Amino acid sequence: MHPKSGEPILKVCGLKQYFQVSGRFTVRAVDGVDFVIYPGETYGLVGESGSGKSTIGRSLIRLYDPTAGRIEFDGMDISGRMSRGDTERLRTEMQMIFQDPMACLNPRKKVGEIIAQGLDIHHLYRNRTERTDKVAAMLEKVGLAPEHADRYPHQFSGGQRQRVGIARALIMNPKLVIADECISALDVSIQAQVVNLMKDLQTQTGTTYLFIAHDLSMVKYISDRIGVLHLGHLLETGSTEEIFNHPVHPYTRSLLSAIPRPNPRVEKDRVAQSYDYKAEGVDYRKGTRHHLGGQHYVLATPEELARWTNGE
Amino acid sequence: MEQKTREKVLEIRGLSITFRTTAGPVHAIRGVDIDLYRGDTLAVVGESGSGKSVTMKAAMGILDKNARVDSGTIRFTYHHDDGTPQTVDILKMKKRELRRHINGKRIAMIFQDPMTSLDPTMSIGKQIIEGMLWHRRATKAEAWSTAVRLLDEVGIPEPEKRMKNYPHQLSGGMRQRVVIAIALACDPELLICDEPTTALDVTIQAKILELIQRIQKERGISVVYITHDFGVVAKVADYVDVMYAGKIVEKGTVDEIFYDPRHPYTWGLLSAMPDLDTADERLYTIPGSPPNLLHKVPGDAFAPRNPYALRIDKRAEPPMFKVSETHYAATWLLDKRAPRVAMPAELRRRIQRMEKGEEQHASKVR
Repeated sequence: MHPKSGEPILKVCGLKQYFQVSGRFTVRAVDGVDFVIYPGETYGLVGESGSGKSTIGRSLIRLYDPTAGRIEFDGMDISGRMSRGDTERLRTEMQMIFQDPMACLNPRKKVGEIIAQGLDIHHLYRNRTERTDKVAAMLEKVGLAPEHADRYPHQFSGGQRQRVGIARALIMNPKLVIADECISALDVSIQAQVVNLMKDLQTQTGTTYLFIAHDLSMVKYISDRIGVLHLGHLLETGSTEEIFNHPVHPYTRSLLSAIPRPNPRVEKDRVAQSYDYKAEGVDYRKGTRHHLGGQHYVLATPEELARWTNGE
Repeated sequence: MEQKTREKVLEIRGLSITFRTTAGPVHAIRGVDIDLYRGDTLAVVGESGSGKSVTMKAAMGILDKNARVDSGTIRFTYHHDDGTPQTVDILKMKKRELRRHINGKRIAMIFQDPMTSLDPTMSIGKQIIEGMLWHRRATKAEAWSTAVRLLDEVGIPEPEKRMKNYPHQLSGGMRQRVVIAIALACDPELLICDEPTTALDVTIQAKILELIQRIQKERGISVVYITHDFGVVAKVADYVDVMYAGKIVEKGTVDEIFYDPRHPYTWGLLSAMPDLDTADERLYTIPGSPPNLLHKVPGDAFAPRNPYALRIDKRAEPPMFKVSETHYAATWLLDKRAPRVAMPAELRRRIQRMEKGEEQHASKVR
């Protein structure tokens, strides 16, 4: 994996996303997260359910209004109130692929209409033929036939629908695509098809991906760098190699040890490490970011860091 | 797996099931044979729509109303309380008998989604003792104390307090533990787990699987896993049945399936899953998608997606070829007259890697 150089396309600094449930109770879904994404790379966000990984994706694309923090996308501040022009730019240059291909396509629209909707809204074609051509080209890119434009979502299988979802996102020529658990709902063999497609499209178009998932083996396969989230805190981030070969945080280690490996003789007597947030006595709010060399950062207090790095 | 005269718990022979749908009859299961011995773990693997859940639902006698069993037998052997064995054909039993003697009492099932398999209006304690009151004629006090013990056994802290909780007060992993406790309440002899961990996180997934394994060892029950995750299979299974389009295409011990797979479909499934050692190469994919069983499939159902398909695959369905005493595969490639086709190079490399990893692992343990 080559280190990506240049200015990051996305800078997230101290992002907080709180949800007020009632007068007295507030959920801190994301509680101070910093990370950067460089152009052309794939950044994987992993964590268990409730760790805030989907919330981050939704805050970035402004489906939520961030409570605090600064998000800079391609040199433009998208965290506070945004001007009309900025909103428009964000809506074209950042796209999202959703988790459930059964639920994220409008069942009453033909696939061609669904894919072209973004073009329609932003007037990105001069005449009907150009529109049809663009849709046909996109369909071919994601491995469907141009005739499929006249069909409805229910006529497709899950994997094909996810391809439509990808086509809808990529037709806008986005700089950043947020893929929120976009393969979790698919079968193993179809997952591989979709992941290969995403990789191919990345080499062709140079798009950047934020890949949110809980399946670590897929994340390892597709990502250049990885961030590990737990309870709204980014515990550890680094290149795929750093995270998988030299995990520092006990949570990352337990997460890695829990991955089932398709190897019966090893798997039979392997026991996953457990991690108990309370028993470890770790307070994420007290921790600060420590740089461990390369792109590897970990959230810890100095004492914890010393314990984790020496306590091999 | 020692060879002794072991008792068969479940024996399915020639099972065929058709679903009536508005579009016409769908032949979901097309002649399935399954054997399961006492204390063993069987994993049924396949893509969605391959019929793995339907087969096991048939074994439990809980098929949907529009399903019709065309042929076959499902023989289930259980023990009465005094230890005398009895064998029944599930398909011939009346619904009333099934519900009274089999479901929940002798065959229990764990479903995929713990969010939907619990009743939100009942405390979890009530849900656990319900089966015991009905099947075992236990008194309330007895059942209650058993339930507390069960919750403790499945690793729920402070079980007495938890008995009065409702499902929404528990996390996903905890709920799945409760579902397991309910399944175990009546001391079943066969446990069917339908994708028990798909809805859960990796960390919790490992714990739940280890829990089921431990309980299985302690109680000596037989377990069937329905899954499409080969990581799960590797962890728990003794035997593996690979299903495709309503048929079993390969069956064998877990080592035979992982280290010496013979069917191109199994090759595809194994290759499609990235393991942690997969380098930056492309993932192998099985082209196309499973066939629509609404239409009769001539020849081998996998042939259109099979890069190794022979001409005969389009005309005749392959029988089960024997590879070893325990290992069978339904592919014409194993016929004497077939050209010799080796598994894809990438898969072979991976298997070599796996064997190497095993040595490393063994040296680490020592």
